[in-house]
Amino acid sequence: MSEANGYKSGSRLEKLLRAGHFVVTGELGPPQSADGEVICQKARLLKGKCDAVNITDNQTAIVRLSSIGSGIICLQEGVEPIVQMTCRDRNRLAMQSDLLAAYALGVRNLLCLTGDHQSFGNHPTAKNVHDLDSLQLIHMMAKMRDEKVFQCGDPIKGAEPRFFIGAAANPFADPFDWRPYRLLKKVEAGADFIQTQLIYNVEKFAEYMRRVRELGLHERVYILAGVGPLKTPGMARYMRDKVPGMEVPDALVERMEAAGRDIPKEDKEARNAAWREEGIKITVELIEQLRQIEGVAGIHIMSIEWEEGVGLIAERAGLLPRPTVGELEDR
Amino acid sequence: MIIGEQKPLEEIKELIGDARKVLVAGCGTCVAVCSAGGEREAQILASALRLAFQVDGNSREVTEATVQRQCEWEYIDPLAEQVAESDVVVSLACGIGVQTLVERFPEAWIVPGLNTTFLGMPQEQGIWVERCQACGQCILGVTAGICPIARCSKQLLNGPCGGSHDGKCEVNPDIECAWHLIYERLRKLGKLELMLRFQPAKDWSVSRDGGPRRIVREDLRVLPET
Repeated sequence: MSEANGYKSGSRLEKLLRAGHFVVTGELGPPQSADGEVICQKARLLKGKCDAVNITDNQTAIVRLSSIGSGIICLQEGVEPIVQMTCRDRNRLAMQSDLLAAYALGVRNLLCLTGDHQSFGNHPTAKNVHDLDSLQLIHMMAKMRDEKVFQCGDPIKGAEPRFFIGAAANPFADPFDWRPYRLLKKVEAGADFIQTQLIYNVEKFAEYMRRVRELGLHERVYILAGVGPLKTPGMARYMRDKVPGMEVPDALVERMEAAGRDIPKEDKEARNAAWREEGIKITVELIEQLRQIEGVAGIHIMSIEWEEGVGLIAERAGLLPRPTVGELEDR
Repeated sequence: MIIGEQKPLEEIKELIGDARKVLVAGCGTCVAVCSAGGEREAQILASALRLAFQVDGNSREVTEATVQRQCEWEYIDPLAEQVAESDVVVSLACGIGVQTLVERFPEAWIVPGLNTTFLGMPQEQGIWVERCQACGQCILGVTAGICPIARCSKQLLNGPCGGSHDGKCEVNPDIECAWHLIYERLRKLGKLELMLRFQPAKDWSVSRDGGPRRIVREDLRVLPET
């Protein structure tokens, strides 16, 4: 059916991008428990504030309710999930099997990731898998959809999983000169859309995009620029100094510091509010700058453990209301 | 070569248990070069055990012997008598040496005195580094002679992940990013197009994942297959 109407997956995200909308995606981190209600609550906060929501897969290598399971709960809440899958925890058998199930249960968007190393998480003595890398995962899923074959080459005799296939890009990781080519490899492997790492250094991202356009990739793949609100000056400094592949300019760290400077330390609530306000302000400014860059097809708002943030940012950036599916089909 | 590291004395003592007669068996090849299980280390361990048992107040008989290679039967045959007289043999060879002893001397109780850590090389005096995982299908020809299976923390085959920073791996700043090294070397040699090639899913069946491996060379065999 999807083939007949020209869509690869027919997901809401795919339809909106195809229709030329500037899309907004959010992010939902599943709980470290079997409490599905947490997902329902977060989904309700995100509903209507973005077009689809990434569901992280044991992010930072900490065991959480699975991304597929959480994605199904989101669907029940009327929120379209982008299920993330990492190469760390599953071999090619488990990946295909789980993704067949995800598709059968209604998931249509998939983000293929390498995965954080297990040494960062709460099971550092675990054995990692990495049977496939993220490019090979993208390639496998594209072949399942477009050629109706399993990774081994055997034909899929029934319905094939037709995902809108996403991949991540970190323009700030090294070597910088290689990054546009890594994106090229992901596109050639079959990626339909890209979500980038958090962007704070717009100048460097613009240079990355210039090179991406030189390779013509902006016309072959939808690129969603990643943003996320800084919540405290401490978080800003930590991300600047300690997180590999992350660039936070000093000016932004200083703005976060200045935001709470005149508020007495004892008044924690007021200081937190001031910091969060500044964080949102910065994010909105970043979105305005990123929208101007040719080839940016949307924004991915990563508001970790602050799901309300997505709506606040989308509102202030003039990205609400989000188009409805009905409107879309009228076009 | 095979790199090993001696187990802590306490763990070795635990493995020895109540055995009265202890033979410490060194190996004169790889583990001697990495100063973990050669003749010198066998002597030192035997002395340390004697001392420790003395302190504990129970007398044991600890002897040592080192052969050139514990991984070949003809080299370990001369140990037969000493092994037979011992209650336990602490092998300071790699895991292969331990098992070669076990296969040759099925009546003896053999325990490891080393942790076999990796296949690698000495980088400088006192530092050894991993270089090969014996994956069974060498890809060094397309990765500029730098192995991402052994040296990338995630064994990636299509370039560096998003955690590569200043040439270092996200896991630990002491780890060099293998793909950064590959990129730089390919760039200098004008062969970056190799990195643009999509590397398909690896065939792990020739690695350990296919089960224990075996090579049969009919041209070299002298015994008929049993």
